[in-house]
Amino acid sequence: MEKGKQLEKRGILTEIFVTIGRIAVSIFVPVVAFFILWAGFIFLRDSNANQGIIALVAIIWGVGGVALLFWVADWVVNRTPVHVAKKLQPFVFVGPALVILTWYLFLPTMRSLYLSFFDAQSKNFIGLTNYIFAFTDSKMLESFTNNLMWIILGTGGSVGFGLIIALLSDRSKFEKVFKSIIFMPMAISFVGAGVIWRFIYAYKPAGEDQIGILNAIVTFFGGNPQAWFTIRPWNNVFLIIILIWLQTGYAMVIISAALKGVPSTIIDAGRIDGASEMRVIRSIIIPYIFSTLVTVSTTIVIISLKIFDIVFTMTNGNYGTEVIASMQYKQMFRFYHYGRGSAIAIVLVIAVIPVMWYNLRQFSKREGF
Amino acid sequence: MTKIHKSKWAYVVNLILLVLVIIWSIPIIGLLISSLRPQEDVLSTGWWTLFKNKGVITLDNYKQVLGGSEYTFVDSTGATVRSSGDNLSRAFMNSFTVTIPSVIIPILIASAAAFGFAWMVFPGRKFFFTTVVALLVVPLQIALIPILRDYQSLGLTGSYLGIWMAHTGFGLPLGIYLLYNYISTIPRDIFESAFLDGARPMVVFSRLVLPLSVPAIASLAIFQFLWVWNDLLVALVFLGGTSDVAVLTQRLANMVGSRGQDWHLLTSGAFVAMIVPLVVFFALQRYFVQGLMAGSVKG
Repeated sequence: MEKGKQLEKRGILTEIFVTIGRIAVSIFVPVVAFFILWAGFIFLRDSNANQGIIALVAIIWGVGGVALLFWVADWVVNRTPVHVAKKLQPFVFVGPALVILTWYLFLPTMRSLYLSFFDAQSKNFIGLTNYIFAFTDSKMLESFTNNLMWIILGTGGSVGFGLIIALLSDRSKFEKVFKSIIFMPMAISFVGAGVIWRFIYAYKPAGEDQIGILNAIVTFFGGNPQAWFTIRPWNNVFLIIILIWLQTGYAMVIISAALKGVPSTIIDAGRIDGASEMRVIRSIIIPYIFSTLVTVSTTIVIISLKIFDIVFTMTNGNYGTEVIASMQYKQMFRFYHYGRGSAIAIVLVIAVIPVMWYNLRQFSKREGF
Repeated sequence: MTKIHKSKWAYVVNLILLVLVIIWSIPIIGLLISSLRPQEDVLSTGWWTLFKNKGVITLDNYKQVLGGSEYTFVDSTGATVRSSGDNLSRAFMNSFTVTIPSVIIPILIASAAAFGFAWMVFPGRKFFFTTVVALLVVPLQIALIPILRDYQSLGLTGSYLGIWMAHTGFGLPLGIYLLYNYISTIPRDIFESAFLDGARPMVVFSRLVLPLSVPAIASLAIFQFLWVWNDLLVALVFLGGTSDVAVLTQRLANMVGSRGQDWHLLTSGAFVAMIVPLVVFFALQRYFVQGLMAGSVKG
């Protein structure tokens, strides 16, 4: 009896001792991890070592650091009582992303929302004036129609060609070669793409040697050389062609990966039942990869909505080719009108809500939500 | 999928593809040929005339772009010209140092978040996810100034850590969106059996989800790589213009700026910058070809 009580007492004492020990270790491990990372940071910030060594240390430190943070967070959470751990566990996974996104994108967006109600110097509250500008200014209205054109033609073109090429090359012996060439433009920076397309669209007066291939073809057939970027509204189409050229590779790669995931048993079943190839594509393959098509279209719609570099480097928005993002850039960094710049950015964010709403509905059809 | 052999359709398919591929490659062929032509030819005649009349081909543009320091060459009139080239090799190294962690870090964080959003239950899940996806459209430009101010007070401007974090922040929405799309379609059975066996979520994530998501991660890696490698704006703002940290695109943009009409150097420079992304694409290409979920679950 006596002995039992003593044992129990010691049990409680050990329990307390173990708990304190656990808490101490739980604090100690993250502190050590933090210290290691901090030492690396100081080394990278202040070191004058050889460029190659710094690069190597930087890469190991950066990548290893993130992995270490995940591991430590998980370790700590698992030291807590089970019911607490269960609640904390999801945040080990989504927490880092949420923190970074809040800092880099969410807070700046909120700040823009706030500034969009103020004047150029962000001093006086002016209500909706900036938004009235955004929806009535003639240049802005021009941008809206142009962006709509970018979204429809750019997305349609990229996804359309991407789908056709993915489907066709899936049935070709030379799949890899074809796909690699279509993908090549993706590897080019916008600076590079600008250089390349000048050799396509370049204009020299009639009678001179054309260095743009499009005008060379036109003059070869006896036509007059055209200054392509000044012909409204077709100049927008000429710019959109550059986007299609750049983005078809992206659409093709993603769609192609999805095509590989269509079980061959279903396709063979369709073929055995006597369905034509077109029928197989329309009734089996397309429905099967539909969610991928939505994903690809969404990303390209967003790229078209934010399109900036192509317009900015090729025409600088002249000759009726202005788009929303370049208007935003000009208001913000040329005219230093923070109010208008912010309001236009917010309009961009709002413009994409229908697309996102559609996406979320697609998600909720799955088990996830 | 079955390849079609020995039928007239195979020819039609290959013919259509061939036409498309030729159209797609014309601009790149133009770039390649232009990069091999002397300056005066590039500006006076079209690149395709190289085939018609015997044009001159030279590697001087590449020498000048890659060689760095000073070198001499004999120009078309026979005079010896001294010219200073652009040393891109340092910029190459900088581009790698910036790009590699800027690809791996966001993918690690995004795949963890995508797993959390897809397969874990917690309050505010739908709200947080919607917000993350909505952030896809936020134009970078509005974030630059606030973040730059934060960096100045933290001493992060011009540091690699700063630009990695920036690329991570700006790349996360697309990363989470694409990986969520993929991870949420992994069959539920796989997780259930793992959790029944008592596996912790971190183990499930690192042993099951990451290996299963290799095709999606490979495609995301390529796009993030291309985006970071070809990025100019973020590098300009957060890395600053000093030549010891400047990346390839900054040097290229400087060439546009300082050389205006030197298209012969721009073309070779643009071609040099293209090579690395292409190598990465070919290296990761086999992952795209893998069947997405092939063999992971039976029945």
